[in-house]
Amino acid sequence: MVIVIFGASFLTFALIYISPGDPAEMMFRAQEIVPSEEALERAREEMGLNNPFIVQYGNWLINLLKGDMGYSYINTGPVTDILRQKIPMTIKLASVALLFLVMFSFTLGILSAIKKSKFLDYAIRGLSLVGISIPAFWLGLILIYLFVVKINLFTITNPGDFKGVVLPGITLAIPLIGRYTRQIRAAILEQLSSDYVVGARARGINERRIIFAHVLPNSLKSIITLFALSIGVLLGGTVIVENIFSWPGLGSMVMSAIVNRDYALLQGYVIFMASIYITISFTVDISIQALDPRVRLKGDKSQ
Amino acid sequence: MIKKKHKRISFVIVLSIAILTILFAIIAPLFAPNDPLATDFLSILQEPSDEYPLGTDQVGRCIYSRILHGGKVSLGMTFLLLILIFILGVIIGIAAGMADGIIDTIIMRISDIVLSFPGIVFAIAIVGILGPGMLNTIVALSVIWWTKYARLTRILVIEVKNREYINAGIIAGAGKFKLITHYIIPNIISPLVVQLALDIGGMLLTLSGLSFLGLGVQPPTPEWGNMLSEGRAYLQTAPWLLIYPGLAIFIVVAIFNILGDMARDILDPKHL
Repeated sequence: MVIVIFGASFLTFALIYISPGDPAEMMFRAQEIVPSEEALERAREEMGLNNPFIVQYGNWLINLLKGDMGYSYINTGPVTDILRQKIPMTIKLASVALLFLVMFSFTLGILSAIKKSKFLDYAIRGLSLVGISIPAFWLGLILIYLFVVKINLFTITNPGDFKGVVLPGITLAIPLIGRYTRQIRAAILEQLSSDYVVGARARGINERRIIFAHVLPNSLKSIITLFALSIGVLLGGTVIVENIFSWPGLGSMVMSAIVNRDYALLQGYVIFMASIYITISFTVDISIQALDPRVRLKGDKSQ
Repeated sequence: MIKKKHKRISFVIVLSIAILTILFAIIAPLFAPNDPLATDFLSILQEPSDEYPLGTDQVGRCIYSRILHGGKVSLGMTFLLLILIFILGVIIGIAAGMADGIIDTIIMRISDIVLSFPGIVFAIAIVGILGPGMLNTIVALSVIWWTKYARLTRILVIEVKNREYINAGIIAGAGKFKLITHYIIPNIISPLVVQLALDIGGMLLTLSGLSFLGLGVQPPTPEWGNMLSEGRAYLQTAPWLLIYPGLAIFIVVAIFNILGDMARDILDPKHL
């Protein structure tokens, strides 16, 4: 895990390093000064831009470990402060979406599996296909048109309250709901066809009890793995959704950073996202081992 | 048996629809009633009419013609990207699978690092650094997505490379290159093609999403994603600017998603 974070940081730094902009010139431009060649050269020297690549990377990494991600000249503030200010908004949006995701995909997935090859199953499968195929950015705009312009049910001007968070949350969740409904259905069906379910049925155990007491816990492992993989999609989705709903979080921030060529901020964003993502994947790996003794034993054997 | 036959028939139907969609995207510009780039300031933001079947946008361009032209760009980019990733991923995957030890480890560690970024975030960052544009978008997405095919290929290669028919090939005197092209590739290609079919829809969504953010295809070139992005400001006054390009993306993506699902069901019925 440490190696992967280290590699990720290296990759991010290398990307910014080969980017066409000159940070020294950018600093002056943000202050609306036209610098002389001499001033530029001095600034480059001060910022350590004349050092070899590996020295620059080392300094940058040391600062990063100290919690210093550099300075955003466009937003005039340390990158860490700007991130700290935006992160809660994105977490709020992502949590609401995650809530919708868990609520709907479990309900629909279980229903669909139980009613396999019945009308309800086909209807749910049709809906999940729609969910997977619909472009989130279009869905968001249509939802705004229907619920904000046509009937004044929700607002999009006030991200703080409940009315403001529903639409972006749904927009972020729907493509994932489509995907998970299918996968939860598949995971449950796989369990339903196994021997222990046949045995339980033969002993006359209540179908509901079979599903909730036996099938669901057993399929939880594959479902959790899937959720972990979806975190990346969720994080990426925030960029588009925040953009549509003018949500003042990381996604809107990174877009303005790109437009303004604010590389320090962009770098901070990528590092933050990568570390969240890696941490979540790692946590999931561990919790699966804790949940399932079979994986744990297999792991021990191979060591 | 009957069910299986039934499945094959529906697969052929969906496949034909998908191929027709692609063909239509190529020849669609011929049916466009107006020039997709011609602006007409006397008829801006008009509702759908006989002259402009789906209305006009903020500078008086025909939306119908722009959608027809945009399909070629959206689908063309999607397939270009997929072919690129497929070839790159399969070559790297075979190299990793055939080579033991150090080369395999290096390739796998690189792909671990690439995969440690949430894909789309990484793509946005790369395009942001290289600068927006069609080519840069393709580069950014290839840098990320080759890993998926490389990993899949590697696993498949490792699975087949110790089988008896491979040994038979070696005994028959096949060289390493011939072994790969004649013995290994034919045996691993179908799961790879299924994966490719499953990825078409998602890739189209990703590409048009990046164009929507202003990172992919740049205006005035018509592309479904950037048409939506340009039309956003007119959500209240002229909703037809948004409805039709989005609908086009939705329908095409749905067709390819159905195709991918069916291809998978036929090859691997366990997933159903």
